[in-house]
Amino acid sequence: MESINYQNFRIDAENICVDYNGKVALYDANLRLKPGQICGLVGMNGAGKTTFFNALTGFVNISKGKIRINGESVRSAQKDQTIAYVPQSEGIDSQFPINVWDVVMMGRYGSMNIFRCPRESDVHAVKDAIERVDLTDHLSTPIGNLSGGQRKRTFLARAIAQRASILLLDEPFSGVDIRTEKLISELFIQFKNEGKTILLSTHDMIHVREFCDLVLLINKTVVAYGETSEVFTPENITTTFGGISPDFLFGPES
Amino acid sequence: MELCSFLTLDSFITDPLTHDFMRKALLMSSLVAAVCGFLSSYLTLKGWALMGDAVSHSVMPGVVVAYALGLPFSLGAFIFGVGSVALIGFIKQKSRVKEDTVIGLVFTGFFALGIVLVSKIKSNIDLHSILFGSPLGISLSDVKQTIFISFLVVILLSIFRKDLMLYCFDPRHAKTVGINVLFLHYLLLTCLSLAAVVGLQSVGIILVVAMLITPGATAYLLTDKFDNMTIISVLSAIISSLIGIYISFWFDLETGGSIVLAQTFIFLFAFLFAPRYGIFKLKKFFAGYK
Repeated sequence: MESINYQNFRIDAENICVDYNGKVALYDANLRLKPGQICGLVGMNGAGKTTFFNALTGFVNISKGKIRINGESVRSAQKDQTIAYVPQSEGIDSQFPINVWDVVMMGRYGSMNIFRCPRESDVHAVKDAIERVDLTDHLSTPIGNLSGGQRKRTFLARAIAQRASILLLDEPFSGVDIRTEKLISELFIQFKNEGKTILLSTHDMIHVREFCDLVLLINKTVVAYGETSEVFTPENITTTFGGISPDFLFGPES
Repeated sequence: MELCSFLTLDSFITDPLTHDFMRKALLMSSLVAAVCGFLSSYLTLKGWALMGDAVSHSVMPGVVVAYALGLPFSLGAFIFGVGSVALIGFIKQKSRVKEDTVIGLVFTGFFALGIVLVSKIKSNIDLHSILFGSPLGISLSDVKQTIFISFLVVILLSIFRKDLMLYCFDPRHAKTVGINVLFLHYLLLTCLSLAAVVGLQSVGIILVVAMLITPGATAYLLTDKFDNMTIISVLSAIISSLIGIYISFWFDLETGGSIVLAQTFIFLFAFLFAPRYGIFKLKKFFAGYK
């Protein structure tokens, strides 16, 4: 058997399959990401993007294949707070009675004692994270009173507070204002320099070209994977989106 | 005659307290209300109202069987409560029938089984007290059991307070940071079954679901902080219990029904006049006329 040093990869998913009660959602999917890489996950609705995230976080079990996170199992990655998940806006109940501070503090729960009493270091991490997403003025604002962009930043702060080395972001740019978009893109550059690995799903093709070193095109399985400049071609995109021309997706080439 | 003494507020409150059964009813119902109110804020946020309905009805055959076998009735109720949820999950997974249909189907089946069992097992089970509660006729062993279960539930909920909140809010994040989500799921279910058991003593099996959802719904309209929501929920549940029992004493009304009606009125009040989320949004009203 060939020997690969799995430590080199932050994420190493090999031939993973996921099915829900016999219905296949994802099959034979592969992904390898190193520290400091930003990878875009592109596909239609129902192509398995969220399923891919769920598999990496251990929220669903894979029926075949292998996932290594920093060379270890998903279970130990959970214990080590290695992965942070930033949900898409529709994925959370915005009317939940909770404020910005408490949401961000949830990023620290995994490393606290059973009663989840914040230590000084936790308070510090939360403060710091909220500062980085520029929400210091909204510490005790209920999330229901935030704008879409502010809410997105709150969950980004939670991921920062968690001090995870891998960030999974589900549609980070959907429904956000210009200011938030700018802030998120600045943070991406910082994360990259800190050696974090980012996997983000997006509908917006322009963002892929702008931020992603790598791109993973999926439609139940991997259609194409590699450097954005090589893989993100009109042909591949058309295949991914089931024959819809990229002109339709991007608007006509200018 | 009663109406004469009713004229002074003082005797309205103190007269019933001279009866031993009333003191016991007030204490027990407050305790039960506190437990159900505490749990209520989680169920409301998790969207488990229907689940609460299902579990509370499904405990019926468990109660009957336990009585017949001379076991503590909380044990039987617990087994059937959790069993019903397991069955709902199983049928949902193995068939194409939608979840709310499955829930309705399973709990009515269990409930019917309970009623049939009561009619078959000729014992001293009082169907009326199971269906409508009997806080005034609570026995000493029931008191002990209620206190034990209540404290158990309150301790469990207090320990896992924050984890359960996270579980209701964002289970995916909980899982991602290594929190045992399956454990929390069953913990909440267990507490639900136990709360249904103690709740049915004061308001009966049919109305116990009100104890499990109304206080939480009321509190949800009144605050944007989870901790406050829990406190308001517990307080409104206790106050409704006290009001309900007093009203039923003075006007000779069904106790369980009176307690739930009191809860409903408090909810309606919040629905209409809650500062931010009420129909008449008092805060905005005053702000507009500054």
